[in-house]
Amino acid sequence: MQIIVVGCGKVGRSIATQLIKENNNVTVIDTKAELVHNISTNYDVMGIVGNGSSFNVLSQADLKHTDMLIAVTESDEVNLLTCVIAKLNNEKCHTIARVRSPHYSEERNFLQKGLNLSMTINPELEAAKEMTRLLNFPTAIDIFSFAKDRIDMLRFRVPTRSMLIGISLKQVAQLTTNNLLVCIIERNNEIIVPNGDTVINSGDVLTIMAMPSDVEEFFRKIGVKTNKAENVMIVGGGATSYYLAKLLKSRGINVTIIEKEMKRCEELVSELPGVTVDCGDGTDRELLDEEHLENMDGFVACTGIDEVNAILSLYVMNRVKKKVVTKLNHVDFGELIDSLKLDSVINPKEITAQKIVQYVRAAGNSMESNVETLYRLLNGRVEAMEFYIDKESLVTGQKLVDMKIKEGIIIAGIVRNGKLIIPGGQDEFMVGDSVIVITTHLGFHDIYNILK
Amino acid sequence: MNYAVIGRILSWVLRTEGLLMLLPCIIAVAYGEKQGFVYLVLGLVAIAAGWALSLKHIKNPAIYQREGFVSVGLSWVVLSLYGAIPFVLTGEIPSYLNALFEIVSGFTTTGSSILAEVETMSHTSLFWRSFSHWIGGMGVLVFILMMIPSSSGGTQINLMKAESPGPDVSKFVPRVKNTAIVLYRIYLGMTLLMIAILAFSGMNWFHNLCITFGTAGTGGFGVLNDSCASYTPFQQWVITFFMIAFGVNFSFYYLFLTFHFRAAFQFEEIRAYLLIILVAGLSIAWQIHPRFLTMEEALRAAFFQVGSIMTTTGFSTVDFDLWPSFSKTVLVALMVVGACAGSTGGGVKVSRVVLVIKSIQEELRQLLHPHGVQCIRLDGKIVDKKILVSLYVYLTSYFLIFALSILVISLDNFSFTTNFTAVAATLNNIGPGLDAVGPSRNFAAYSPLSKLVLIFDMLAGRLELLPMLILFYPRTWQAKG
Repeated sequence: MQIIVVGCGKVGRSIATQLIKENNNVTVIDTKAELVHNISTNYDVMGIVGNGSSFNVLSQADLKHTDMLIAVTESDEVNLLTCVIAKLNNEKCHTIARVRSPHYSEERNFLQKGLNLSMTINPELEAAKEMTRLLNFPTAIDIFSFAKDRIDMLRFRVPTRSMLIGISLKQVAQLTTNNLLVCIIERNNEIIVPNGDTVINSGDVLTIMAMPSDVEEFFRKIGVKTNKAENVMIVGGGATSYYLAKLLKSRGINVTIIEKEMKRCEELVSELPGVTVDCGDGTDRELLDEEHLENMDGFVACTGIDEVNAILSLYVMNRVKKKVVTKLNHVDFGELIDSLKLDSVINPKEITAQKIVQYVRAAGNSMESNVETLYRLLNGRVEAMEFYIDKESLVTGQKLVDMKIKEGIIIAGIVRNGKLIIPGGQDEFMVGDSVIVITTHLGFHDIYNILK
Repeated sequence: MNYAVIGRILSWVLRTEGLLMLLPCIIAVAYGEKQGFVYLVLGLVAIAAGWALSLKHIKNPAIYQREGFVSVGLSWVVLSLYGAIPFVLTGEIPSYLNALFEIVSGFTTTGSSILAEVETMSHTSLFWRSFSHWIGGMGVLVFILMMIPSSSGGTQINLMKAESPGPDVSKFVPRVKNTAIVLYRIYLGMTLLMIAILAFSGMNWFHNLCITFGTAGTGGFGVLNDSCASYTPFQQWVITFFMIAFGVNFSFYYLFLTFHFRAAFQFEEIRAYLLIILVAGLSIAWQIHPRFLTMEEALRAAFFQVGSIMTTTGFSTVDFDLWPSFSKTVLVALMVVGACAGSTGGGVKVSRVVLVIKSIQEELRQLLHPHGVQCIRLDGKIVDKKILVSLYVYLTSYFLIFALSILVISLDNFSFTTNFTAVAATLNNIGPGLDAVGPSRNFAAYSPLSKLVLIFDMLAGRLELLPMLILFYPRTWQAKG
């Protein structure tokens, strides 16, 4: 596909590099020559220096033959304007704008329709939503939802004294009798695709797939408490914190925000009634004690500096009962971060890139099936994707045993009439199903790709 | 240094060369020449060797700038070393050094020869010699870029950066691979057009192909001892036209073919290029016309030589060594200027000359307005200071290499004109010089040392110095870099 990315900041760059890896023709535009130069000398993209919302500059980028435009500059207004201008000159061009300010974000449905945008994306809001999900279900390290939140895939670390340790997956199935699949086991930085005889060790990280009600039951049966956090402390008062506090408050959770700058504190107080806002340094031990860190069961390190977030999280990890969430913007050193054994890590940049890549793949495939959801797991080594099958095709109407499926692929679930089917060899795909696939082959954009 | 990646690129070079070596076999079959077997065997060996080399698994397939430049430099060396073998095995050029000189001259589109009697060569070898121009004209790695899978995460840009002529890489379309495809399409299209026109003019097929390859790559190997002198006036005009056309920046054709006419005709470089050709051609014609019977003949001779030298092709229709001093000096000046950036021609490139003149202007203006703030524009766009700095460094190293080469080859005790134009003709990938290396003579008389120096000059000139220089920079090969 021909794609224009306007804005070469952190997010623009990570989107562009990901799209190149997936064999798209990418042109990047930014007003700063340095940024453009930097990306176009290191990657196979065409770089144009100029204002992306100018028609002239967009024509230079061959807007006429462009399939998609992604506007991710710092300014919401520029992003929206760029998309509008692109759409005016090329009807067929999909447009995606990053819109992060709360004002526009609240009106995004209206904006999307009125300005004829294909998608708006708000990285901070997406990050906040993900954090809320984790605070709601503290046992999980990550939660990924499929089929419009009807299916959950979640990662959790097996507790040190759990009844799961030392038994095989077959026995687990007998014990719990739930409709549930263990998709992946991570052990010492290795990814294991388990079968019925695989035995669970202490310290393993399991990824399971099930319907939310089954998940709760499963954890109850294996004796893990899954109560949501009631008192949450957030350090850092940026946009993510704002959205997070708002979301948590609406679920009746007590929120305390610690923010350094007085002016921002005042803004937060006026915008967020009922939320406690403290002005002070979140890395100050006394301040944390003063606010009774011991009584908190959820903690979110959400300052603008990754290092502070990481160290703060490590410090509070033993003192906060249920959940510590760390926001990190740079996850280039994924292995190192894994070895820190932080509880849950959220990366807004990655979430944004993931959403956009999902959209691009969905727009680039044929009509028989559609990428509904895409998650990149384990530092991008594995992808979990959901395809919707809306027509008869090569993959429908034959049993899974008869299909020639590539190595390194797990058909993790078939969602039919809102129910999850854990597929066996005798099952088959039918029109109207959503199929969830976990794979180490990156870059699938169609359900056909699972075939050899 | 990631040697594995460089090895992989070299394996592709060998495979490509092997494949291309099979083409002369067709000529061998057509003329029933047994030399074809040499090409067939060598071609198959190269394909097999390249294939064997490419079996090794590479941990990190990314081509960083360092690997890009080194592998481009090495690729051309390997290409030349292997490409010279057929001449030796067929016994047509028994000395390996002479054969190497000949094929380097071919691949770098120079056209300087060590052969006195071209016509005694077999058709097969003549074809391979001329075909090497066509391969080298657009670049071997640009060709390979069309084929290699993009597993290296888009870092192949560093290969293109190292091989394409001109101050900066200009891509037509976002991806290197597609840009390479566009370039080769234009190249192939223009080549076919020229073949068609020459065929229409009644030229013999073999001559037609060889002359077209020489013109397209702006090389200059002929198939007759007198280069292009015995072709008809119409054919000479056609060759003149196409030489000049292949010396134009290929962006022009891309813009033209995508209907951006206004942008296409606004290239300052192309305007300057055509202006220089016009002025030089007319002034030479004015000076030499008493030697010819008609004005048309004088114009034809003048423009053929100007086009040939300016685009660094190196064909000749007359022995311009016999021309008056002024005309010869104009030609030597054109040798240094060269063709447009992004064309198949060599030399310093018109765009660099334009930029240097503008820099001088800027400096003078700065003297008048010591506090003035200025910038240099080309085609209405501001030229980055970094590009200017690398341009100055390029020019300085260019003249340094020029001077050092003259110094070394002067050991052979030829006249200064001979040595000067020999270096000018090889470093700028032109072909013939003046005096003892004039259009009717050749380079055979030089000593082996001088030939090595000139071989280096040809490669350095074709690759715009840096990819060759980096091979001789000791730190390149130190593990820690």
